[in-house]
Amino acid sequence: MNLLEVKNLKVHFPVKHGLFSRVKAHVKAVDDVSFTIQPGETLGLVGESGCGKTTLGRAIVKLVEPTAGSIYFEGEDIAQLSGAELRARRRKFQMIFQDPYGSLNPRMTVGQIIGEAIDIHQLAESSSARQKRIMELLKAVGLDPIHAQRYPHEFSGGQRQRIGIARALAVEPKLIVCDEPVSALDVSVQAQIINLLQDLQQQRGLAYLFIAHDLAVVEHISRRVMVMYLGKVVELAEAKAIIRTPKHPYTQALISAVPEVDPDSKRKRIVLPGDVPSPINPPSGCPFHPRCPIAQAPICQVDVPSLREVTPGHWAACHFAK
Amino acid sequence: METSPQPSATEAIAKADLAIASPWQVFWRRLRRHRTAMFGAVILVILYLTALFAGFIAPYGYERQDRERFFHRPMALRFQGGLAVQQYEPAPGSSKYQAVKGEVQRIHFFVRGDKYNLFGFIPSTLHLFGSGDPKHPINLLGTDQYGRDIFSRLLYGSQISLSIGLIGIVLRFGLGMVMGGISGYFGGKIDSFIMRFCELIMSIPALYLIMSLRATFPANLSSTQVYLLIIAILSFIGWASSARVIRGMALSLRERQFVLAARTLGQRDRHVILKHILPGTFSYVIVAATLSVPYYILGEVVLSFLGVGIQEPDASWGIMLNAAQNPEYLTNYPWLLAPGVAIFITVLAFNFLGDGLRDAVDTKS
Repeated sequence: MNLLEVKNLKVHFPVKHGLFSRVKAHVKAVDDVSFTIQPGETLGLVGESGCGKTTLGRAIVKLVEPTAGSIYFEGEDIAQLSGAELRARRRKFQMIFQDPYGSLNPRMTVGQIIGEAIDIHQLAESSSARQKRIMELLKAVGLDPIHAQRYPHEFSGGQRQRIGIARALAVEPKLIVCDEPVSALDVSVQAQIINLLQDLQQQRGLAYLFIAHDLAVVEHISRRVMVMYLGKVVELAEAKAIIRTPKHPYTQALISAVPEVDPDSKRKRIVLPGDVPSPINPPSGCPFHPRCPIAQAPICQVDVPSLREVTPGHWAACHFAK
Repeated sequence: METSPQPSATEAIAKADLAIASPWQVFWRRLRRHRTAMFGAVILVILYLTALFAGFIAPYGYERQDRERFFHRPMALRFQGGLAVQQYEPAPGSSKYQAVKGEVQRIHFFVRGDKYNLFGFIPSTLHLFGSGDPKHPINLLGTDQYGRDIFSRLLYGSQISLSIGLIGIVLRFGLGMVMGGISGYFGGKIDSFIMRFCELIMSIPALYLIMSLRATFPANLSSTQVYLLIIAILSFIGWASSARVIRGMALSLRERQFVLAARTLGQRDRHVILKHILPGTFSYVIVAATLSVPYYILGEVVLSFLGVGIQEPDASWGIMLNAAQNPEYLTNYPWLLAPGVAIFITVLAFNFLGDGLRDAVDTKS
């Protein structure tokens, strides 16, 4: 069974203007996205800034309300849940945030931060059991249990990210949405955090939705990778397949932008013309057609390409993908 | 390296200095280095202690009238075989008093005198000092138009004037934080509703609002009731502007990732506001609260001055200044302005402390 199945998910933010807050338009941050995640799997999610990957991640953990569509978690639609019912389910899906400085309350000790997670779902019978759990969690993420007494400002960025991971683990989730968890870290520390995430995945059978804009990182950690452009999924395939044989022209451009060490490499850099269009008023037809090197009138301007299985297990949303 | 720190020399030094410094400890350390703030704080501690022990320190009760001595001038302390003051006697045929040459009135310590209740409930007659001679009272700051000792009344008055500020800011910022926190955290219609209500309150001129609110209550209230009423009225007017600022802070805090993390964990909205949002506004609240204490002290003064506040014979700095509004009194008996000096010192001390608090919470410097 799928751990997570997202079906036709839409997140639109109203744009309000004027005295009486008339809704003028909608920002289509996530527009008709569907995918699944298996238990223990890592699904990578890449795309440039503003393509809706963070909004998608937040919608899955219900930090933003989906406008339409459904999110089946262990077979149950959580998209419409709210209140106490939702709070009880929240244990199962957690989030790790991008900013290791902003994701920890500066006024709480590490012990209090992790303890809060334990208290919310009453996961410890006694205060000594609670204390023991905090210690175990700190050890599990490679921190000294003594650090429970300290405040976030006393830690380095990598250590804070470990604290954030410990907090997410405290409630024993099955899925963790990692929202660019290593983007703010040094390269050497990035590797440590990614290794930690992989170790934890093996030990605890966690599934990750790993959001990043660094293709190398995503390729390393993910089994499958999903590429987003302007709120839509344009390609979804095995990590290796996406890197070696990208089917969608946008993915091809993305991959060509990854710097290579080999000076003899003959790979040509594909430079896309123009900027990402506004998600308030996206282009008709294929949202990528104004920048696409292979777009053809009129089909690309009129027909929205659906995400289709081009080769087994390799999905792309392009009329010309082969 | 990154996971379990090895104890190195530099780290040991860092540990000794910053070992588990909570944000509050850092804040306290910075505040202590601020000289004017500590000066203000010391003055305030002294003022509040004297207010607490007013009955003991004051030589006379606040109601005690000496019909022999209206508008007696202040008596200077001198040292003549112990602390003493010049003896005065009424000058025949006028309302003036003249010094009795060569006669001094010794000041005795721990004398029995007027009854009072220490802290409001311990009955006592012991006073810190007094003359021990009813014919020659000690009026350090002179007497008023009823022959009451201004020094004693100043101390009793400080109980009202100083506590009104403290209770006032608790009410004002308590309400401001609850309403501002709810407004900013939830946003949308709740936010609009609360903020429009705040603007409604703020758009009415404060003095008219005070007067009309006061007018809705019966005129013959006891002083305690009036005292509570004044606090309630001033807080009711003041909370709106605090709520607006706190709402703005809550609006930005709710997008912070640690707030999102708490929501993802399934924390209740109430707890998110109390544990994560409102503590983030403390830095503003502490400073603003300190700086708005004078507003309550002056508010009481204004209300009592206008005759709708504390009523005679009870003492407050405002009602004492009320007596000084007669220009004839002012020119002839300037010591009636003593409560004005006390207000000045208190307001200044609060502003000193507030400035220091603002510097201490400003983590950018």
